[in-house]
Amino acid sequence: MAKITLSKLRHSYYPNPKTPDDYALKEIDLDWTDGGAYALLGPSGCGKSTLLNIISGLLVPSEGRILFDGQDVTELPPDKRNIAQVFQFPVIYDTMTVYDNLAFPLRNRGRDEATVRERVTAIAEMLELSDLLNRKAAHLSPDNKQKISMGRGLVRQDVNVVMFDEPLTVIDPHLKWKLRSKLKELHQRVRATMIYVTHDQTEALTFADQVVVMQEGEVVQIGTPVELFDRPAHTFVGHFIGSPGMNILPAEVSGGVSHFAGQAIPLEGPITAAPGARTEIGIRPEFVSLGLSGLPATVTKVSDVGRHTVVECEVAGSRVNAIVTGSGPEKGAMVQLEFRRDQTRLYADGWLASEAAEGAA
Amino acid sequence: MKTEYQKAWFFVLPVLVLVAFNALIPMMTVVKYSVQETFGDNLFFWQGLGWFEQILRSDRFHAALGRQFLFTFLILIIEVPLGIAIALSMPRKGFWVPVCLVLMALPMLIPWNVVGAMWNIFTLPDIGLLGYFLNHVMGINYDMTQDPLAAWITIVTMDVWHWTSLVVLLSYAGLVSIPDAYYQAAKIDGASNWAVFRYIQLPKMKTVLTIAILLRFMDSFNIYTEPFVMTGGGPGNSTTLLSIDLVKIALGQFDLGPAAAMSLIYFAITLLVSWLFYTLMTKDDQN
Repeated sequence: MAKITLSKLRHSYYPNPKTPDDYALKEIDLDWTDGGAYALLGPSGCGKSTLLNIISGLLVPSEGRILFDGQDVTELPPDKRNIAQVFQFPVIYDTMTVYDNLAFPLRNRGRDEATVRERVTAIAEMLELSDLLNRKAAHLSPDNKQKISMGRGLVRQDVNVVMFDEPLTVIDPHLKWKLRSKLKELHQRVRATMIYVTHDQTEALTFADQVVVMQEGEVVQIGTPVELFDRPAHTFVGHFIGSPGMNILPAEVSGGVSHFAGQAIPLEGPITAAPGARTEIGIRPEFVSLGLSGLPATVTKVSDVGRHTVVECEVAGSRVNAIVTGSGPEKGAMVQLEFRRDQTRLYADGWLASEAAEGAA
Repeated sequence: MKTEYQKAWFFVLPVLVLVAFNALIPMMTVVKYSVQETFGDNLFFWQGLGWFEQILRSDRFHAALGRQFLFTFLILIIEVPLGIAIALSMPRKGFWVPVCLVLMALPMLIPWNVVGAMWNIFTLPDIGLLGYFLNHVMGINYDMTQDPLAAWITIVTMDVWHWTSLVVLLSYAGLVSIPDAYYQAAKIDGASNWAVFRYIQLPKMKTVLTIAILLRFMDSFNIYTEPFVMTGGGPGNSTTLLSIDLVKIALGQFDLGPAAAMSLIYFAITLLVSWLFYTLMTKDDQN
């Protein structure tokens, strides 16, 4: 196990990248502490798989270094890095039994059969595969196959990091939840550093202690699930995390006060935006309420999602979502929206540009 | 419910008629000849299983059958490993893929008798490019019209040239269907190149290889045109394979009864070996 450091990492799939757009990864500096559970979250094509393949050694980055416990491994091939990776589609060796599949990484490294037996039995027990050990792996269900892939990663005791590349894609919905809690449990038992790549916020937020949100080859925010929800550092994070995502409204700033739809909107704290920047107000639907005063709005859609109701409104051409408990107003009704002040933030060119309220975290 | 699908028979009927005329009826005619003796004028005398007994006991048949198995064994043992090796070394993506595929397909597009004629001329000692080179430049005494060994080397080489591509193309199709993740996982698991071949590539190629071997077995076991054009079964009887012998008996000696019995035995052997092979290869998948 090791601490993983990415230093000034850049990668391009073109031989001679010129503009920043040629880079699949744009300058990443990141530390993954030993034993942490991380999620790498972002939409398809944001560079998360590229980053994963660079850490595992399947790709050599165009620029920058990767250090495991301070030791440079940038040029090392995957089998020399002592890492494990679980892929989107379960990879199993068809002709082997489950036991031989799990033993494969150990046998390739020349471990003696006694050690192999001990490790394989332990891992199979952890993954609830003990009953299947003598079966051919080829005819198992996808979730069992994926468990074997995970098992092959965990069977080596000296792995520096176990990486999961959207491992639940082909798993049935009702088994996803089971496998996810299994993973979380495994992390607590083996205490290996784990990196979980996904575009599904639920998977990321339930698995990880720290979530790394990526967009277009850049890391936009690193934080605990709560931090990402409470104070998104970028409108992308606000929008991507949450259901529905954060309301992002065009704003004008004059004299230190922000305005939206002709009204002054009080913010959580002082504005730090540079003059001339494109400014937006961000507020989560959870903190928008229907009241007697505030922004006049027209209700365009009401969806009852069970525990609460999502009310979609229109204000001066912008859409504002509000989450209310109980039944919402009728479609077409005129309502007034109130924003909770300590949750109303300002973004300049996409980045957070208001200071937290006094006394707030 | 059952009557609803009766219409399907009308769609199958044309095929049945066609198969009846090009396979079933001729085959039944062969069965008819195999149990009777005829002297022309459509006069038939009942013979029973006499022709079968005669063929099965004849040394000539045993010799031809032996040569046939040797030929098929030789070309399979060369073409299958060679085909896999070529498929493994072909590029998986990029500009050279279509070039390789077309080059590989070329020999298979040439008609059988042309292949025979080409190799015949190619290996003639005095005018053939290869024959002349071997005899007059390398100083090796090589003449397939005189030397049985040279004749065998020539027909085996010719078949390898003509049909290895089939194994290559089928293996290649099996190889490209393997997702990258398998190779990446194998790298991470520390697998050697041999282990990658043994546990990933070979199992994934198994189905297509079974088909390839089956096709090559049937085709080579029934081969006629190329050796006929090239050696005519000679020198002596050294390259008289089963089909060549059969034609000699049927059309050369006009012994229709024994020829018909031999055809049926020949057919039964091909069928039996194919069935055995296929059953053994797919046995694992059932349990």
